[in-house]
Amino acid sequence: MAANETTEQREFRGYCSAWLEEHKPPPTKIPLPQAAYEVTSDDHRTYLVDWQAKCYEAGLIATDVPKEYGGHGHDKFQQIASTEVRRANAPYFINWIGLGMAAPTLLAHGTEEQRKSFLPPIFSGEDIWCQGFSEPGAGSDLVSLQTSAVKDGDNWVVNGSKVWTSLGHFAKWMLLLARTDKNDKYNGITYFIASMEAQGVTVQPIHKMTGESGFNEVFLEEVVVPDHYRIDEVGKGWQVAMSTLTNERGAGTGVGAIASSESPFAAIEQLIALAKREKRNGRTLWEDPVWRDKLMKLYERTEGATQNFRRLGVKELNGGAMRIPLQGKLTGSELGQELHQTALSILGMKSSLYIGDPNAEEDGRWALGYMNTYTGTISGGSSEIQRNILGERVLGLPKTK
Amino acid sequence: MAQPKDFGYGEEQEMLKDSARRFMEDKQPLLALRESIKGTEDPYFGENRTGSYDKAAWHEMVGLGWTALAVPAEAGGVGMNLVTAVAVAEEVGRASMPTPLTSTLQSTFALREAGTESATSWLSKIAEGTSMTLAIYGKEGSLEADSTDITVSDGKLNGISWYVQDPQKIDSLLVAAMDGSTVKLYCVDLNAGGVDLEFDRIVDLTRDQGRVTFNNVPAECVSEDGAGTLQKAMPALLTLISADMSGGCEWLLQTTAEYAKVRTQFDRPIGFFQAVKHPIVNMMILGDQTRSLVYAAACSYDTDPGDSHKAAHLAKSSASDTAEFCANRATQLHGGIGFTWEHDVQIYHKRVMHSQQLFGDGVWQREQAAAYF
Repeated sequence: MAANETTEQREFRGYCSAWLEEHKPPPTKIPLPQAAYEVTSDDHRTYLVDWQAKCYEAGLIATDVPKEYGGHGHDKFQQIASTEVRRANAPYFINWIGLGMAAPTLLAHGTEEQRKSFLPPIFSGEDIWCQGFSEPGAGSDLVSLQTSAVKDGDNWVVNGSKVWTSLGHFAKWMLLLARTDKNDKYNGITYFIASMEAQGVTVQPIHKMTGESGFNEVFLEEVVVPDHYRIDEVGKGWQVAMSTLTNERGAGTGVGAIASSESPFAAIEQLIALAKREKRNGRTLWEDPVWRDKLMKLYERTEGATQNFRRLGVKELNGGAMRIPLQGKLTGSELGQELHQTALSILGMKSSLYIGDPNAEEDGRWALGYMNTYTGTISGGSSEIQRNILGERVLGLPKTK
Repeated sequence: MAQPKDFGYGEEQEMLKDSARRFMEDKQPLLALRESIKGTEDPYFGENRTGSYDKAAWHEMVGLGWTALAVPAEAGGVGMNLVTAVAVAEEVGRASMPTPLTSTLQSTFALREAGTESATSWLSKIAEGTSMTLAIYGKEGSLEADSTDITVSDGKLNGISWYVQDPQKIDSLLVAAMDGSTVKLYCVDLNAGGVDLEFDRIVDLTRDQGRVTFNNVPAECVSEDGAGTLQKAMPALLTLISADMSGGCEWLLQTTAEYAKVRTQFDRPIGFFQAVKHPIVNMMILGDQTRSLVYAAACSYDTDPGDSHKAAHLAKSSASDTAEFCANRATQLHGGIGFTWEHDVQIYHKRVMHSQQLFGDGVWQREQAAAYF
């Protein structure tokens, strides 16, 4: 592996890969969806929670988190563990919002009490979390959110609705953004932890263009949130949310969230293999120079993403701390989408066959995967918003409000 | 084979790169260039450019050890690797500096791959400040090594070498010539009798280019297997020119972003508008991909040669497409001023355009890379 690893890191990598080889679970009877946010069946949930708990116990999750918060107290081991989980092609972690967003937010902004009580069940997967940011009227323009929280003694009373709530149907807790001051757009938002089991919470599934469910609309009617479930100060919600979104965009250090089994790095290899097999006019697509050029362009971009990640480790060559990290979500999601689109073209008429058709290539995964790539290009700040952020924060261009 | 995760880019490389950057800031090579091209603007009636460059700066660069850095220690050099050379080449490109350095570094890596005693003695000369360029193309500018129009018999070279880079700036040539059906490599002092230069009129203002005619020129063979040597050196040649382009593209990005902050239209800085902002961000995204692929290719050449051809073809492919996009958007987003002779965008635009074709554009590189799958 990496030549400049310490002896401890190398040993830990060896431990991770050996443990994964021994404990990786057999596949489920009905295949798992491609990503954690599409899980809807109880069987899949049980299987995945069980898997996450085992990985946590083995030290593959919360690897670098201090012990007093339920972590394993290592330093610079998490990335090794996560890399090995991916390499082993092991199942993803169902509590990806808990791991990817709630934990980093609590570690950065939570009270001592909040960290001690909420973090361990996030790591084990016992408590699944969802995120209550987007609203029917507040998507990419998140700051226009309307769900209100009104102080009532030691509690807050919340009214409104949230949308695109992945895992809302399984979640015990929600990361909630609510408006506490109608007159101050940016400083009028406060960050809360809301119980999904509280009175007044209704969860309604939304079906995606793929036909799958997995995300929801959540209605909040007179929902009581105790004040000690507030994260950071009243009115600081927007700032805290920005740090959460930074994690969502792949810039945070992380506690080991792995949300999906799909990786563009594997996909390009698969596409080349498909092109060497699929024929038009008596020759394979790979024998056609037009197709080779198309595929090598995608290979180049995939390799560019891999090497960007590598360059992240050489600070002098980064051109600023956020320049490469803030590109990750944008370039990864757009590349993934084009890879899938290209796969459909390679398959030609075969790409019309969908899940459940006995003749479908890999049970329709390319068509399914293609449609699901829009999750990446739209959610967590659409690609258009990402380009604004990059232009403004990295290049210092004037703000587009 | 394992590659170092950090591309082998350490303190030494950063110090050198930093000093190169400060050197360029100090020299402001475009000011001297502007002075030297006065009166040559008109393509119909103007004079041909002289390809002049800052010779004092070149001697300083030699003094700083930049020509010696990639020359092996046994030939009197510093024996540094390609990643180190790339770090410097990027700064040369960022400054669009007219200099024979890139050609000389490329010749250095070709001579290293030749591995003969005569090659070593020429490497010693380079370490001491002799500049060198490659003379490997025939008239068609086809990219295969055996496309040279030069022949050799009785140790003497005859024929014309086309598209030679920097002939007005260099002291010696590394020539590909056909000995029967075998490509061999020869080193020739430019001042040797029988070498005639004719200068091309080219678009790029920062380089010069020409045809070199050999009339019975005695030459020293440095590689009996010229095709093999060039093939082995090709990753280094491609990566060095890609590094120059990566630096140029970063300048185009930063200059365009700065302009978009100060140029006001419709009562706003134009960078406010997403139709302007987003393409600038796309310049950055492409530039970063190229930069990462360039360092990866350099590291591969240094530590993992089995993979280095693929890596270098990808780097040059990416550099070519990035250069095309960045040059195009930089000129477009600067509006009228970007279209003028006066603005430096045109200088960078033309330099990366020229570089795009050197050793083959993106389509060619991708076709070469595909052979490794």
